[in-house]
Amino acid sequence: MRIRLVRSARRCGNGCPRSGGVWWKLVLGSGARGDSPQMPSHPHLATSEWTLDYPPFFAWFEYALSHVAKYFDQEMLNIHNLNYSSSRTLLFQRFSVIFTDALFVYAVHECCKCIDGKKAGKELTEKPKFILSVLLLWNFGLLIVDHIHFQYNGFLFGLMLLSIARLFQKRHMEGALLFAVLLHFKHIYLYVAPAYGIYLLRSYCFTANKPDGSIRWNSFSFIRLISLGLIVFLVSALSLGPFLALNQLPQVLSRLFPFKRGLCHAYWAPNFWALYNALDKVLSVIGLELKLLDPNKIPKASMTSGLVQQFQHTVLPSVTPLATLICTLMAILPSVFCLWFKPQGPRGFLRCLILCALSSFLFGWHVHEKAILLAVLPMSLLSVGKAGDASIFLILTTTGHYSLFPLLFTAPELPIKILLMLLFTIYSISSLKTLFRKEKTLFNWMETFYLLGLAPLEIFCEFVFPFTSWKLKYPFIPLLLTSVYCAVGITYAWFRLYVSVLTDPPVGKTKKQ
Amino acid sequence: MEKWHLMTIVVLIGLTVRWTVSLNSYSGAGKPPMFGDYEAQRHWQEITFNLPVKQWAKFINPDWIELHSSRGYESQAHKLFMRTTVFIADLLIYIPAVVLYCCCLKEISTKKKIANALCILLYPGLILIDYGHFQYNSVSLGFALWGVLGLSCDWDLLGSLAFCLAINYKQMELYHSLPFFCFLLGKCFKKGLKGKGFVLLIKLACTVVASFILCWLPFFTEREQTLQVLRRLFPVDRGLFEDKVANIWCSFSVFLKIKDILPHHIQIIISFCFTFLSLLPACIKLTLQPSPKGFRFTLVSCALSFFLFSFQVHEKSILLVSLPVCLVLSEIPFMSTWFLLVSTFSMLPLLLKDELLMPSVVTTMAFFIACAISFSIFEKTSEEELHLKSFSISLRKYLPCFTFLPRIIQYLFLISVITMVLLTLITVTLEPPQKLPDLFSVLICFVSCLNFLFFLVYFNIIIMWDFKNGRNQKKIN
Repeated sequence: MRIRLVRSARRCGNGCPRSGGVWWKLVLGSGARGDSPQMPSHPHLATSEWTLDYPPFFAWFEYALSHVAKYFDQEMLNIHNLNYSSSRTLLFQRFSVIFTDALFVYAVHECCKCIDGKKAGKELTEKPKFILSVLLLWNFGLLIVDHIHFQYNGFLFGLMLLSIARLFQKRHMEGALLFAVLLHFKHIYLYVAPAYGIYLLRSYCFTANKPDGSIRWNSFSFIRLISLGLIVFLVSALSLGPFLALNQLPQVLSRLFPFKRGLCHAYWAPNFWALYNALDKVLSVIGLELKLLDPNKIPKASMTSGLVQQFQHTVLPSVTPLATLICTLMAILPSVFCLWFKPQGPRGFLRCLILCALSSFLFGWHVHEKAILLAVLPMSLLSVGKAGDASIFLILTTTGHYSLFPLLFTAPELPIKILLMLLFTIYSISSLKTLFRKEKTLFNWMETFYLLGLAPLEIFCEFVFPFTSWKLKYPFIPLLLTSVYCAVGITYAWFRLYVSVLTDPPVGKTKKQ
Repeated sequence: MEKWHLMTIVVLIGLTVRWTVSLNSYSGAGKPPMFGDYEAQRHWQEITFNLPVKQWAKFINPDWIELHSSRGYESQAHKLFMRTTVFIADLLIYIPAVVLYCCCLKEISTKKKIANALCILLYPGLILIDYGHFQYNSVSLGFALWGVLGLSCDWDLLGSLAFCLAINYKQMELYHSLPFFCFLLGKCFKKGLKGKGFVLLIKLACTVVASFILCWLPFFTEREQTLQVLRRLFPVDRGLFEDKVANIWCSFSVFLKIKDILPHHIQIIISFCFTFLSLLPACIKLTLQPSPKGFRFTLVSCALSFFLFSFQVHEKSILLVSLPVCLVLSEIPFMSTWFLLVSTFSMLPLLLKDELLMPSVVTTMAFFIACAISFSIFEKTSEEELHLKSFSISLRKYLPCFTFLPRIIQYLFLISVITMVLLTLITVTLEPPQKLPDLFSVLICFVSCLNFLFFLVYFNIIIMWDFKNGRNQKKIN
């Protein structure tokens, strides 16, 4: 029923096949023409700016696609054709995204089955299942990132949502298998691996609880633990085995975890470090004005000059990868403890998953702003359940989606991103308000003010700023403002979600699924 | 969900689809020296800017409209500018008219009104021509819609003013002029020619004359100039038809080359006679029994008559018929959806020339799904729903066993859709044979013409029979 066909109208003249995924296709596609598949040590690959930073399963996926691609356009598979783009290439790439989205649609269907429709009105459009499916299928972030910016997140998120749905349906083995496979498609999902690990250990390996909800040690089932371990081991062996055999593993790992890249991306993801950087910049400016700092000692390169590079902070202490790891772990720990000591079934697992994703987003090293989707999509499942969750979801999703705006920066794309954002925001706020109209209002005045402030911010960044004189002197100001403003909202949503998880009543009084 | 939220969402969906289509290629892209409609519009801007001088355009980019040197100018920035102008014109004129029209519909639920607005905004033909091929039809159609709205709500003066603006923007709107004239005349008669009716007549005449004078004032300086303008507006020298169009004359010329056989003035007289004969019954009926519902249906049949029988008809003129059909979407959803699909299909050769295959396929499917779900069209094919009850009853007086009219119509629909899909596939995949290079376009025009003839007969039947027992029916709106 969902009109996803209109999506393909989005596949317009935008030639943006910029993703590491394309590179894999090039590399392995040369295998489709009869040459042997090249290993990551090929000299050409070192020179390309789009590096092979995805795990092996994704490589095999692209390999499969390249076999179809040769019917569309042979030239795109030539390994020497850097930045090659033709209309047939574009057509093939776009169609492949739409095709693989089929898995996402199936996963959404399964998730809708896990939602109970007790709150439903008589109208179809007021049922939680309908609202959830629209929120997921027409998710602005996914549309923008997948179909315009171009990536394959649709089917990866489909895998994640499907594994969550399986855990809801108590088919734990399948859920574990799907997640293991997912990890080997895109290792960014390591962010949420602790949630999976602890939940499976606590609620699946320990088959029963004591009446007050705490752990019953003697109900531990070795068989379940071993079977889970076997699944993970087999999947990893399948994926990394060939590289292990060829002694290429260190290379693969170094490409997967490029720590040389710097604390922040070229455009700062709206996380804690964006606020940290902004504070550092403000303090350094103040320090310069008040003559507390020596201008010679400050590094010239701006952090948002557009390139991916390392830099040092001027006033505040510099941040190392280890520091971010420690911060992330400290942020994750309370939610994981909650999951262990106060298990609340699949719903508790979902909250922990979202918190893990959000905490890693907030404190991680070189986080991409697209990673916010990792938290937004599972949160949609919670949003149709409780009013409090709906309110957090709306703040998170609106600011998260707005932070994706700098991904599309050309003039023809401007109306599209504004129209789509308006569409999604108006629909989500209005439908959730209608769903929870009998409870208290979703936003207090502060939150409303904050969300409305996004409009003047957008007008300033896109319409006013390019015509002012500051554009040449401080070209990074719109990006800085966007990421700082959104970072405030996302941090606030994270904080509220944590509070609601920690203050939830213990398991005896929660509703059954 | 609140009504205005839903309406906003519907409008946003319409706008999004429009802008996405506009990112595609346009008419005559990269095809010198003639280019296409896009270049024609830019050329208009060049001329109107340079002679006489107007200040506003200079601010944006003088290169785009430099006299003579900007012929064939194509760049990304300019394309963005042109597309934005269409978008804004649409947003200001056409879309508010559609929204207001749907809100003023009587006797249907709010949800149906909003679904109606969605379907009208998603009509592929207008989107593809305006945003893909590139024209400004939404301005003239928007004004015409304001005219219809005014007349339906009894704001006759404003309605006729809006319609005059529409005509003066694009003379094609004259296709709609007869129903407007007959409806207003009928209203005057109804109010009594001795009293209020006469006053209304005078007021309307003054409004029309005033608006025409206002628009034409700059051109009245010389008689020669006025004549020139008229000659350009009505190019009678050009012949009965140009290129391939789903017209009677074009289809007829497959069998008999009229253009070559008959002399020029005879062709004009024949087309004039056929056109007026085919639209006369409906217009007379409207003058004698004016009603908003009759007005809308008469708009359809008149515009369709003009399209089928008039001279120098372009395939884009089908949009003038599609607009009134969109207006009756809520009353006969099945037939309207069918018609709108055929109208988009009839423009296929033009769209293929502009490389708009993908957007046209996608928008057509989206439109079809939207209509099928909003109106449940496949459940509304009974005699009553198709407004054919009176006709069937009359027919059963002579043929008592004639009860299977809906069944026939359903089969016809199926055949029509299958033919359209097959022809589309053939045109896209195969090459025409050497001896008949235009085979596929001619086939498309021929099939569309047959469909349009069927619709002409159908709409005329509705007008003549459905309102026959007008006094006995409860709902006369």
